[in-house]
Amino acid sequence: MKNKKEKQKNTFQKILEVIKTMASKPSGLIGLTILIFHVILAITSPLYVPYDYKAIDPSLMLNPPSSEFWFGTDSLGRDVFTRTILGGRTALTVTFFGSLIALLWGGSLGIFCGLVGGKIDDVVMRIIDAFLSIPWILAMLLIVSLLGTTTLVLIPALGFFYGKGIVRVARAATHDVIAKDFIVSARARGHSNISIIWNEILPNVRDAIMVEGAMRWSWMLLGFSSLSFLGFGVSPPTPDWGLMISNARGLMSFAYWAVLAPIVGLSSLIIGINLTADAFAKALGIDRSTKAPV
Amino acid sequence: MKTSVQQINNLTIGFQSQKGQQISILKNINTTINKGETVGIVGESGSGKSTLALAMMGYVKHGLFTISGECMFHSNNLLEMNNKELENIRGRKIAMIPQNAGQSLTPNLKIGYQIDEALKLHTDLKKTDRDNKISELLNKVRLPSPETMAQRYPHELSGGQQQRVAVAMALAGSPELLLLDEPTTGLDVTTQAHVLELLNLIAKDTGTSMVYVSHDLGAIAQVSDRVIVMYSGEIVLDGPVRSILKNPIHPYTFGLLKSIPKLTLPGLPNSMSGSQPQPGSIKEGCSFYDRCEFADKNCKINSPELEYINDLNTHVRCFRHKELINQNELNSQTVKSIENKILKNEILDLSNVSISYAKQKFIEQLINKIEDKNPTVKDIDININKGETLALVGESGSGKSTILKSIAGLLKTKDGIIKFEKDKELSSDLRKRDPKFLRAIQLIFQNPDESLNPNHTVEEIVAQPLKLYFGLKGHELKEKIINVLDKVRLGEFYITRYPRQLSGGEKQRVAVARAFAAKPDIILCDEVTSALDVSVQAAVLNLLQELKEDFGTTYIFVSHDLAVVRAISDRVAVLYQGRLCEIGPSKNVYKFPSHPYTEVLLGAVLEPDPDIKPKLVAEDIVEEKPPENGCSFQGRCPRILGDICKNEVPPWQTTENGNSIRCHIKIDDLKNQQTLN
Repeated sequence: MKNKKEKQKNTFQKILEVIKTMASKPSGLIGLTILIFHVILAITSPLYVPYDYKAIDPSLMLNPPSSEFWFGTDSLGRDVFTRTILGGRTALTVTFFGSLIALLWGGSLGIFCGLVGGKIDDVVMRIIDAFLSIPWILAMLLIVSLLGTTTLVLIPALGFFYGKGIVRVARAATHDVIAKDFIVSARARGHSNISIIWNEILPNVRDAIMVEGAMRWSWMLLGFSSLSFLGFGVSPPTPDWGLMISNARGLMSFAYWAVLAPIVGLSSLIIGINLTADAFAKALGIDRSTKAPV
Repeated sequence: MKTSVQQINNLTIGFQSQKGQQISILKNINTTINKGETVGIVGESGSGKSTLALAMMGYVKHGLFTISGECMFHSNNLLEMNNKELENIRGRKIAMIPQNAGQSLTPNLKIGYQIDEALKLHTDLKKTDRDNKISELLNKVRLPSPETMAQRYPHELSGGQQQRVAVAMALAGSPELLLLDEPTTGLDVTTQAHVLELLNLIAKDTGTSMVYVSHDLGAIAQVSDRVIVMYSGEIVLDGPVRSILKNPIHPYTFGLLKSIPKLTLPGLPNSMSGSQPQPGSIKEGCSFYDRCEFADKNCKINSPELEYINDLNTHVRCFRHKELINQNELNSQTVKSIENKILKNEILDLSNVSISYAKQKFIEQLINKIEDKNPTVKDIDININKGETLALVGESGSGKSTILKSIAGLLKTKDGIIKFEKDKELSSDLRKRDPKFLRAIQLIFQNPDESLNPNHTVEEIVAQPLKLYFGLKGHELKEKIINVLDKVRLGEFYITRYPRQLSGGEKQRVAVARAFAAKPDIILCDEVTSALDVSVQAAVLNLLQELKEDFGTTYIFVSHDLAVVRAISDRVAVLYQGRLCEIGPSKNVYKFPSHPYTEVLLGAVLEPDPDIKPKLVAEDIVEEKPPENGCSFQGRCPRILGDICKNEVPPWQTTENGNSIRCHIKIDDLKNQQTLN
C-alpha cells in the first residue's frame, strides 16, 4: 500500500517536472498559456456571457464592434463575442474525447501488432493502409449523414479516423524496443504477452504515443471544424467556430468582424496545442529536430 | 634526433555543467608523437582516450570546448584552425580509422568507388593513375585479387576485410599520422590478430606515425612502441611498451594488468575495487586515490604531477612510483583457482540437437517439421553435470548463442532432445514448457544496457522474477529484493535507481541479481563480460564464481574470449560453424594435442605482453555457411588431409588428457605436428 502511494507521488513529481521543462522554453510557455486559457474559457464561459447566444434581433444586424458589442454582431443580429467564447466548447470536448479514443485503440492495436508480428501484423497493417487511402472527410460525411450529428456519433467516428496514424507510430515504437534483450529476458522467464506489454513495452513507448496523440488532437480540431463548416458538425444554433466562419464568410468583404473572431479563436487553439505538443515531446526527450552529429 | 609529428601542450578540454561550472574531460595533456612511432593510448571507458584522439584531428565534440592548451601539427595549432584549413589536413596529413568499418563504409557504393572518392579528394592524380593506385592500396592491405575486390559492395566482405578497406581508404592520402579508434574491437580473435599484423607491416613499410586507441592491452602490446595510459582524463603513465607492460610503475596500470585473465596463468584474476570517478567529482588529491592499494595521506590531499624517470624513459603520475619499480609482484600474480563441487548427476543433456534458421514452408508448418539438410547448428551432444561450468567457445557465427537460445526455449530445435535432470524432457517451445522449468533456467545477457528496461527502477527489475515465480508481495517482496541485491554487493539505496544512473558493472550486477532471484538451477551466461571494462570484468567473474559456490548453480558460459573461459570454466566445448570440434576439461583443452581449430584460436589470443606474439596459422576467411559434407573446419584447416576431410564427417577421438576431438588426423600425428611448431 505504501509502495503504491510512493509510486503515485513519484508519477506526480514526474508530471510536474515535465510541465516545468515545457514552460522553461518560450514556445512551450506560450503554447501552454494559450491551451490553458482556452480550456478555462471553455469551462467557465457560460457563467459570464453578456448576451443570449441564440437571441436573434434583426434590428442589430451586422453591427461593427462597439462598446456594447465588443466583436460586433452577425447577420442575424447575434452578439459575436458571446458566440466566440462559447464556440470552442463543443469542439474542445468532442476532440478531447475523440483523441483519447484514438490514443486508446490506435496505441493498443499498434503495440499488439508490433509484438506479435508475422501474418497477423501483415493483415492488420494492410487493412489500416486501406483505410488510410480513403479520404477521411468523405467517409465522415457518410457516417454522419447515416447516423446523425450527435456528439455520440462524432466522438467515436473522429476517434477511429484519427487513430489510424497512431497505430503506425505505436507499432514503430514497439519495434524499436521489441528486439531489446529485456523483452527476450521477460519472454524467457515465461511472462504472458499481456504482462510483457504492460510492464516492459508500455513504459518505453508511452511517451512517443502520447506525443503523437497530442499532435492528432490539433489535427482533429481542424477536422472537426471543417465538418462544422460543411454543416455536418455542430447543428445551429449552437455556437461553433467552424459553423460561424461558414455562415459569415459570404459577408467577409463588409463585415470582417463576424469571421475574424472565430478564426482567431480556432487558429490560436490549434497553435497552442501544436506548441504544447512540441514542447511536450522535447521535455520527454523525443526531439524530432535533432541535428546530425557532425 | 627524432622529429615530432604532433605535439600536444597543456591541453584541457571540458564542458560547461548546468550549474555553470567548467568540468574537464581532459586535464593538462602533454605528449609528443614522433615520426614513425606507434603510440598506444589505453584506458577504460570514460578515461578520455577517444576525446584525445579526436583532438589530435582538430575535432572537439559538440558540447565540449577547449579550455586551454594547443594541439600542434608541425607548426600549426589544429584547435585554432577553421574548417577550410582543417579540410586540407584531415585525410591528407592525418587520417582516421573508425571502430566499426562495416558502418563507416557506404553500403550502396562499390569498394573501388569509395577508395577513388578518397583519392579524388586527397590527391591530384588522374583517372588512370587513380585506378592503379586503388589496386596498389588494396594490395597493400593484403586483400586478395584487388580488381575483383574493387567491384564488390561492403556487405559482400567480411568484418576483417571491411576493416582492411577502411585502412586502405585512410592510406589513400598517404597521411603522416594515422589515428585508429578501437579498430579491432568487435572482430573475431583470429581476424583481430591478422589486422594487427597488417598494421604492423604498414607502419614498417610506410613509416607512418600511428596512434592506436584501445581498451585492450593485448592489442596495444602487439602494435605499439610507446604506451600512454589514461585515467579520468589524465595521462598517468607514458613510456616504452615493454617497461609499461612488464614493470608498470603506476598502481592503476598495475591493477589493470592484474585483472586481465591470462592463458599462461589460469584462474580468476584479482579485481580492482571501485570505478572511475565522474568528471568533475575529484576536487583535490590523486584521481586514483579511492581505488589505489598503495595510497597514503599525502595522495588524498595533493595531486601528483607527471614526473619523468630517466632510467625507464617513462613519465609517471604517482608519488609512490619508486616503491613500485622494484616490485616484481606482477610476475607472482595471484589468481584464485576455481574448484567447483561437481556432482555426478546430469542436470542438462543435449542429444543430437540441430537448429535451423531456414524458413518453414507452408506444408512443413502443418506437419511441424523443417527440411534443412544443412542446418546452422547440427549434432550437438553435450551433457552438463550439476554444479559445473561449461563454456561454449567459438568465433561469431559458430552457433554458441543459438544453442543457448534453444536451451532457454527461445528458438525451436529442428531435431534432438533436451533433457533436464535426466528424465524430464524440455520442449524447445517456450509456450509448451512447464513453468517450473522456466524458473530453473535463467539467462544473463551480454549488454546490460539492453537487458534492463530503462524505465524500471532496480527494485522493479529484480521484483519481476520474484513476483512471477514466488508470488511475493508488499513487505516480503521488498525484503527479498534487498536480500538479493545484497548478494551481488549492491546496497539497499540502489533500489530507487534507474539503469541509466548506474555504471556498467553495477548494471551487470543488477542483471545477475535478477537471474539469481529466480533461484535457478542453471544460468545461461551469454558473453556477460564482453561489454565491460577489464577491471569490471574481473569483478563480475569473481562475483559469478562466489555466487556459484554459495548456491551450487550450474553455468553455461558463452564467450569468444579464451582467457576468460580458461579462468572460469571446468569444461570447454569448442564450436565451429555450429558443429562441435572439441570438448573436454578446460585445463586439457588448452594443452596439445587439440583440434586444429582450437589450435588456431589459441594461437590468435593476444596476451598483454609484447614478447608473446600471436601465431597466425590459418587464413582469416569467413565462411557464410557450414559445408554440407565432411568436416566443418575443412575450409580453413591448416592441417587438411585431403578428400577425406571434404567427404566424411570426422570421428570422435579421445586423447590421453581426456578431451574429445573430432578430426580425421590420428591423435598421435596431431600431437607430433603441434608440438613440433
